[in-house]
Amino acid sequence: MIAELESLIQSVDLPVDWIGLRSVKETTTTRTVRDGLPESNGSTLSQGIMVEVLVKGQLGYAATNSLHPERVRAALWDAYYQAIAASDWNLHPVTVAARPKVVGQYVSPLITDFDALAPSELYAILTQICQRLRISDQVVQTSAAAMTTETESWFVSSNGSQVYQRFFRVGTDYAATAQEGLCVQRRSDHGWFARCYQGGLEFFVENDLWQRVHSIGEQAIELLSAEECPTETTMLVLAPDQMLLQIHESVGHPLELDRILGDERNYAGGSFVQPEDFGHLVYGSPLMNITFDPTIAGEYASYAFDDTGVPATREFLIRDGILQRGLGSLESQDRLGVPGVACARASTWNRPPIDRMANLNLEPGKTAFADMIASIERGVYMEANRSWSIDDQRHKFQFSCEYAKLIENGQFTKTLRNPNYRGITPQFWNSLVQVGDRQSWQMYGTPSCGKGEPNQLISVGHGSPVAAFANIEVFGGGA
Amino acid sequence: MNLVMPQRLMSRQSIDLSYNLETSFQRVVEYLNHQRQGQEHFTLTLIAEKSQFTRFNQAKVRQIGQVEDAVLRLGWVTNQRSSYREFPLTGDWPTDRAAVAATLEFLRWELPQLPENPYLVLPQGDRHSHELNFGSLLPLQTLVTEVLPAVADLDFAGIYAGGLMVRAYADSQGQFHWFATETFSLDYSLFTGTGMAVKGTFAGQDWDQAAYWETIQNSRRQLQQLSQSPRRIDRGQYRTYLAPAAIAEMVYMMSWGGVSEADIQQGNSCFGVMRSGEKRLSPKFTLSENFAHGSVPRFNEFGEIAPAMLAIIQNGELQNTLISAKTAKEYQLVANGAAEGENLRSPDIAPGDLAEDQILSALDTGLYISNLHYLNWSDRPTGRMTGMTRYACFWVEGGELVAPIENLRFDDSFYTFWGDNLLALTAHQSYIPEVGTYGHRAIGGTWAPGMLIEDLTYTL
Repeated sequence: MIAELESLIQSVDLPVDWIGLRSVKETTTTRTVRDGLPESNGSTLSQGIMVEVLVKGQLGYAATNSLHPERVRAALWDAYYQAIAASDWNLHPVTVAARPKVVGQYVSPLITDFDALAPSELYAILTQICQRLRISDQVVQTSAAAMTTETESWFVSSNGSQVYQRFFRVGTDYAATAQEGLCVQRRSDHGWFARCYQGGLEFFVENDLWQRVHSIGEQAIELLSAEECPTETTMLVLAPDQMLLQIHESVGHPLELDRILGDERNYAGGSFVQPEDFGHLVYGSPLMNITFDPTIAGEYASYAFDDTGVPATREFLIRDGILQRGLGSLESQDRLGVPGVACARASTWNRPPIDRMANLNLEPGKTAFADMIASIERGVYMEANRSWSIDDQRHKFQFSCEYAKLIENGQFTKTLRNPNYRGITPQFWNSLVQVGDRQSWQMYGTPSCGKGEPNQLISVGHGSPVAAFANIEVFGGGA
Repeated sequence: MNLVMPQRLMSRQSIDLSYNLETSFQRVVEYLNHQRQGQEHFTLTLIAEKSQFTRFNQAKVRQIGQVEDAVLRLGWVTNQRSSYREFPLTGDWPTDRAAVAATLEFLRWELPQLPENPYLVLPQGDRHSHELNFGSLLPLQTLVTEVLPAVADLDFAGIYAGGLMVRAYADSQGQFHWFATETFSLDYSLFTGTGMAVKGTFAGQDWDQAAYWETIQNSRRQLQQLSQSPRRIDRGQYRTYLAPAAIAEMVYMMSWGGVSEADIQQGNSCFGVMRSGEKRLSPKFTLSENFAHGSVPRFNEFGEIAPAMLAIIQNGELQNTLISAKTAKEYQLVANGAAEGENLRSPDIAPGDLAEDQILSALDTGLYISNLHYLNWSDRPTGRMTGMTRYACFWVEGGELVAPIENLRFDDSFYTFWGDNLLALTAHQSYIPEVGTYGHRAIGGTWAPGMLIEDLTYTL
């Protein structure tokens, strides 16, 4: 494929400064069982080429689902006309420096191939999961889903870039809904498709699978008779499966340089972070250390190169609570004059790369989980995201979780249902008073982070230990 | 070299493209019919587009490009088992034939390994439809110079998306539907120096430059109202006017664990308490699925045609839910042409009698909310949703706009704000086009009036 793409570039005589071709082939298979019966089964094959050309300081793109050389050559001309049409109204002149030459490849670590289980065997496991989730008649719905994705991308440019990357991704989602009268409670396996990893079926059939499944069913029933989460300002302890969402919404998105530059203002929004904040802003307490780390084996959004070919490295975005750098491509870094990372990513072949998260993690601290809980006189511990909402500047948020425990005198006491909390991003992170140790650190991900015009859904990974935040408003459900 | 830019995305090209896609689609259908054996059944859907995307920031071009894509989804059914596979339709028959053959081979290999599904729906009927709606869009050569001069002195951000979109369906029963529409949308925001903003959408099938300038002039006037410093509003309950765009955001939530019959049956719906008779909404509130507007195709993934009008909530009472053929089979109900996801495709909230020029006086003192952002359920079974105010929102006193506000979070149940607290609906409905582009450009939109509400709860 690399040679074919190079040949295509050489076959056209375009008066441009740079040409890039990014070919993507992606196959996703999703199998879902509801109440022990097949709900949905299918696969998608997406394949096509994104053509980018740079002329007069303007990038233009054209994407086609045909790999036929004539169609790709036509797309090259189309991309050229696009760039020309906009060059007199260019927001910021782009140079070839934004698309440096790079050669390399990356392949996801894979232990168990996707085809190690025949469809019938995979369905048998999903069906059994549903059966085991239904631990009583109060469970009115069970579901189990497994999703595998294989992605290959080839990136070739007129200045000599040759990048091949191959990704294997696995996501699972199991849930039980329990009902008694008008009370309905849903419990899942750490939140909707939170268990997303890079690798093979080793992330599906795991040693703790049946224990997790049993716990989901039990806790769905347990929530029916649980007390509502109290309304109070208290110590909030978040499990790693909710920290996933907390990091994503209140750290990741506000640090995207294209939001700070205003590109996203008409859709996803801007950011409360200002360009002059980098290197100075006290984003959180000194316990807060956030890394952009696409190098972690198995984490959902690991890669060696972003979709413009920039080599990806681990970087601290926030160190000891101080904002260091943003999530921005070479292009955004040049426009804003602040440091960024290799994060120009496109959802697939038919969208241009924009500033995105990849793996964004809270680094572990030193407090053992048991010691953390033992140190809290009163608080609420919450697990697994259920609902999320935040303003367009990533400032005021309200999140809710599936399951909570009341902490009294250093111990978990009652189970709480409909736990919600709200806050304002800088105050919240400056209330970070305890960070769990490496033993409590867990990684999750999501396949559907939405952003961009035209819109793009992309995979991200988030790892975190448990974390405690002081003086947070928590509350329950009800009309 | 003397380069001449070709005309792009004008109707002639769109007509040709639609014709070529239909020809390619038909060849796939013929191939599948030829290959089909015994008890094998199939459904085939197509989503295709050739779209121009031009993204703006600071009244300049941020990104510009075009996307040509066509995705087939072949559903294959045999012996109570089903599966689907999506793959590209390129228009090059040797390539497409090889792709269809490989897909068929895969599905025939996979299906015997799958469990039986007792609620499987086989295609049935003999329905056909064919709808073409071509327009007059901006050509690439003049797109930027037609859009930007009107806003060159403003902080303008947004996206122009335009071109041909196709939705098609065929099955082994011989049913066939083709829907092609050529549309554009300019979804934009204008910002003040302090970051306050006005939202606007200019959309349709025929670009009218005079109408565009008038739309921008209206947005300019709104922008001037944002020149004052924003007022911080304490959390609490406020009499509130929600403009149609804000209502459209709330209506969108009704398709997320709301109007779906399957969701009600499986305990996932906010309408469960309405079904059980525990709750009802205000008699002023009527929500329908209304295809009479003609902006979306009436056929679904089963080849069925939805009724032109289906009342969901009539005068506050739950009249119908959206029932797909699949749900109907599982729960022994009658399907009503709903899509497989049982989501609203053409929602319409009936207007009331509040005149446009009486909105502020009727509000008297309270909040004027033009847009809402990032809604989610804070407790779905009780209908409680939360979200943020966004864009031009104002504090109003004595029927006069006093000042823009800092964004607020609301958190309240629609059983309250569309129940006893719903005071009035405007006599005028607005069309809020769907401008989403996840995967492909969306079609359709929401028809909604504005609503005057007593004591909407704001929490942050």
